[in-house]
Amino acid sequence: MTVMSVPILTFLIFFPLLGAVILLFADRNKPLFIKVFTLVLSIVEFGVSLPLFFFFDDRAKGMQFVEKVPWFPEWGISYFVGIDGISLLLILLTTFLTVICVLCSWKAIEVRVKEYYITFLFLETAMIGTLCALDLVLFYIFWELMLIPMYLLIGIWGGPRRIYAAIKFFLFTMAGSVLMLIAIIALYFLNYRATGVYTFNVLDLYQASIPVVKQYWFFGAFALSFAIKVPMFPLHTWLPDAHTEAPTAGSVILAGVLLKMGTYGFLRFAIPLFPAAAYDAIPLISTLAVIGIIYGALVSMMQPDLKRLIAFSSVSHLGYVMLGMFAFNMQGAEGSIYQMLNHGISTGGLFLVVGMIYERRHTRMIADFGGLARVMPVFATFFMIITLSSIALPGTNGFVGEFLILLGAFKSNMWYGVLATTGVILGAAYMLWMFQRVMFGVVTKEENRKLKDLGKREVLILVTMVFFIILMGVYPKMFFSKMDTSVAQYLSFVKARNAQYRTVGQVPDASAMGKTTVQNLKN
Amino acid sequence: MAIPVTEFKWILPEVLLTGWALLLLLIGAFGKGPAASRASGIVSLIGSVSTLACLFCVKGTNFDLFNRLYTVDNYGAFFKATFLIILILITIISLRYARDERIGSGEYYALLMFGVLGMMIMVSSHNFITIFIGLEAMSIAIYILCALLRSNLKSVESSLKYFLLGAFATSFLLYGMALIYGSTGIIDVVELKEYFLMHQPFAPQMFIIGMGLLIVGFGFKIASVPFHMWTPDVYEGAPTSITAYMATGVKAAAFGALVRVFYTALLPFGAVGWTNIIWIIAVLTMSVGNITALVQHDIKRMLAYSSIAHAGYILVAFITGDRELISSVLFYLLVYAFMNIGAFTAVIALGKKGEENTDIDSYAGLGARHPFIALCMSIFLLSLAGIPPLAGFAGKFYVFSAAVKAGYYWLAVIGVLNSVVAVYYYLRVMMYMYFKEPVRELGQINVGPQYGFVMLVCVFALIHMGVFPRMFLMLAGRAVRIFS
Repeated sequence: MTVMSVPILTFLIFFPLLGAVILLFADRNKPLFIKVFTLVLSIVEFGVSLPLFFFFDDRAKGMQFVEKVPWFPEWGISYFVGIDGISLLLILLTTFLTVICVLCSWKAIEVRVKEYYITFLFLETAMIGTLCALDLVLFYIFWELMLIPMYLLIGIWGGPRRIYAAIKFFLFTMAGSVLMLIAIIALYFLNYRATGVYTFNVLDLYQASIPVVKQYWFFGAFALSFAIKVPMFPLHTWLPDAHTEAPTAGSVILAGVLLKMGTYGFLRFAIPLFPAAAYDAIPLISTLAVIGIIYGALVSMMQPDLKRLIAFSSVSHLGYVMLGMFAFNMQGAEGSIYQMLNHGISTGGLFLVVGMIYERRHTRMIADFGGLARVMPVFATFFMIITLSSIALPGTNGFVGEFLILLGAFKSNMWYGVLATTGVILGAAYMLWMFQRVMFGVVTKEENRKLKDLGKREVLILVTMVFFIILMGVYPKMFFSKMDTSVAQYLSFVKARNAQYRTVGQVPDASAMGKTTVQNLKN
Repeated sequence: MAIPVTEFKWILPEVLLTGWALLLLLIGAFGKGPAASRASGIVSLIGSVSTLACLFCVKGTNFDLFNRLYTVDNYGAFFKATFLIILILITIISLRYARDERIGSGEYYALLMFGVLGMMIMVSSHNFITIFIGLEAMSIAIYILCALLRSNLKSVESSLKYFLLGAFATSFLLYGMALIYGSTGIIDVVELKEYFLMHQPFAPQMFIIGMGLLIVGFGFKIASVPFHMWTPDVYEGAPTSITAYMATGVKAAAFGALVRVFYTALLPFGAVGWTNIIWIIAVLTMSVGNITALVQHDIKRMLAYSSIAHAGYILVAFITGDRELISSVLFYLLVYAFMNIGAFTAVIALGKKGEENTDIDSYAGLGARHPFIALCMSIFLLSLAGIPPLAGFAGKFYVFSAAVKAGYYWLAVIGVLNSVVAVYYYLRVMMYMYFKEPVRELGQINVGPQYGFVMLVCVFALIHMGVFPRMFLMLAGRAVRIFS
């Protein structure tokens, strides 16, 4: 259903790319122009994404703002984009964080400024495209496209071990996704043999009847690709390297958006396409998620480097997201999606504050700091709020998400809930300990005495982050109302499909599916 | 027996090309020096473009000519167009490269044309003898082209190596044809098909051996493992423009003939005979090519090994035995021509007379030194690596689709895993270009209109064919309809 007849999603996807192409011809000796241009562009992009939020019909089922143009009709490939309540919020997160990233790179990036902003805009196109794509080939193209700019961001503007980190990042994620490509193609031919229609349209493929054994293979290939991106334990090893070496904005966007692509992939593709396999995978994935939660927290505790600490805390937080998602109930699923947004804001915020003190001191070692609260009180305040949101203190965004996830986990299997809750305690421990070592006490290092407190630009960045932390903490309804219908529909669909696979033997007849559901989804 | 004159109009492109090549030889005989070199370059360009234009007049036909010694059909036309595009691009590069390297003028362009003539003959016949004549015409031209840098020891060595091994391979091929003829009494591929359909299941020992020898002969030309040993040395030693010509043209021609022979005549034997052999060859070719490429420090050698690996990917689609999806091979070869010519042009642009700068260190810091070449080179490498939305991805996508459709899941999985390995060495070049500081002082780079034009054409083609592959796939699909 199109609320507005404007092709708003296409605009959102390709507007940054257009900006990147224009920047290609910009004069590299005028960095200020390039920065202002990119900033204006990203603000416009964010501005355009806002109507999505307000015009999004939160009671309507199915995809909205749909655009569909045949691309390669003989093969059933089309340019097919649309969003529901799940992707809507992630798109807003992306456009918002891009503005923040442009702002926070203002002074941090001094070499090859032009290329940097081109890369960033290119990345934004790929991310939004991934979130909008409803055609598997289109999705795969955007999915792979995200790798190149991220590779360059880490490799050119990253830290000392950037080359190693960049290549590791690329190879890990690529290795996962090529298997997904094979699964996509296999699914496509399977569907063709059953229905006689060539299509990569994911909404049509939701209806495909896939023998359960085949589902295991397909789900395995999709899940591997997404799990690497998430990253789930034990596939997380690329993440600390990539995070640590990436420039601040790279870490923010990596944590904020790219990791969400993995969890989003589960929600949009892996689970609804192969529901029976997804249900059978609950023990495996939940166990890995719980291990991730606890392992991530324990390893975080031991990290001497602030960025590595936050990176491992991401492993822990994303464990919650996976756990909630595989609880397959309303609380779990909604909490999981909410936690994706939270993690984008909180962890993004943490990377920002670390980036800010790194710009001043050129070190990220916890041992090099201490007593910063006396020197930089404004900074300390923001840091505190963001830390607390990461710990999930009631009143902040983190609480809402984690609480719902734990509710969902308890509801589905008590033991997962119990184990995951220990992660909450560990989380509070390592974050607060870190905060204490960096900010409190006496100023131990002479160099730290003269550190400047935050400037206007930095305050602006952090104020917006804190604004969302509080808003999402006290008024979550604003966001939940947008996703309620979509999530409910998603869950009931997955449940019904799974039940069908269980009852009607191995392969359900596609026509036996409730026609209403089909209609709703295609809507 | 009199040949009706009317039949000649169907081979007008070939006749035209021969005419231009002979004219070039004349120019070479009478003119010397840079003026003659420039003139022959321009004549060669006009010749190849006019031949391409002429090719469009005969498209859409399906004829056997001269007592079925020669065939004009869409399949041949697709390949001929590919060869001529390669020829045009190589000629434009050579306008400057031949001048800088002082490669003999007239004969250089004439040989390029004769080589393409050979390729065109190879793909447009159902007759073993004609295929063999085409193959030899092509090979002899290339033996000489490889050695054109007479003062360069590597160039001479590469030519000799290619000549000796090529002669071996040709004799294998000829022997294979002879054994097939000996066991069936047939020299025509279409008749062979009819013969087998009548005598199924029937495969005399001698015939099987003949088929194996055919695979050896073609395997050499497409540089598949284990007949690939010559590739890196020859690619490294030959003048770079000729390397690009070989890597794209010879490979395409060999695949063209291979597909035609096997898909016309030997498909009934697919299940029992050759697919199993080629299955193994495909896996070996991909893996050996990619793994060896990982450790190369010379970019020409790396591209040589990568071209071996690409032959492996193409073989994956080849063994499926799917008459429709074999079009993915044609599409891939066309895409591959643009990727490789683009990459080799970038290599040429970075070198200068006597100093090729092909070790990977000379690529360090290129992103800052010369953003244009670095960007183009990145696009070629990313396309070779199969990253969407570039044409290399579309090519791989259709190739692996063919494998999956035919049920060769494991082959597809091995293929994609191989392409991850490949990403590593393509990215390594990108890494040097963007992430590393230059290690030594390298002179000014002068891209010039010739190299710049070819690179831009290739970039455009890769993006266009990647985003809108439809038209090209339809053409390829129409071309392979002769098999159904």
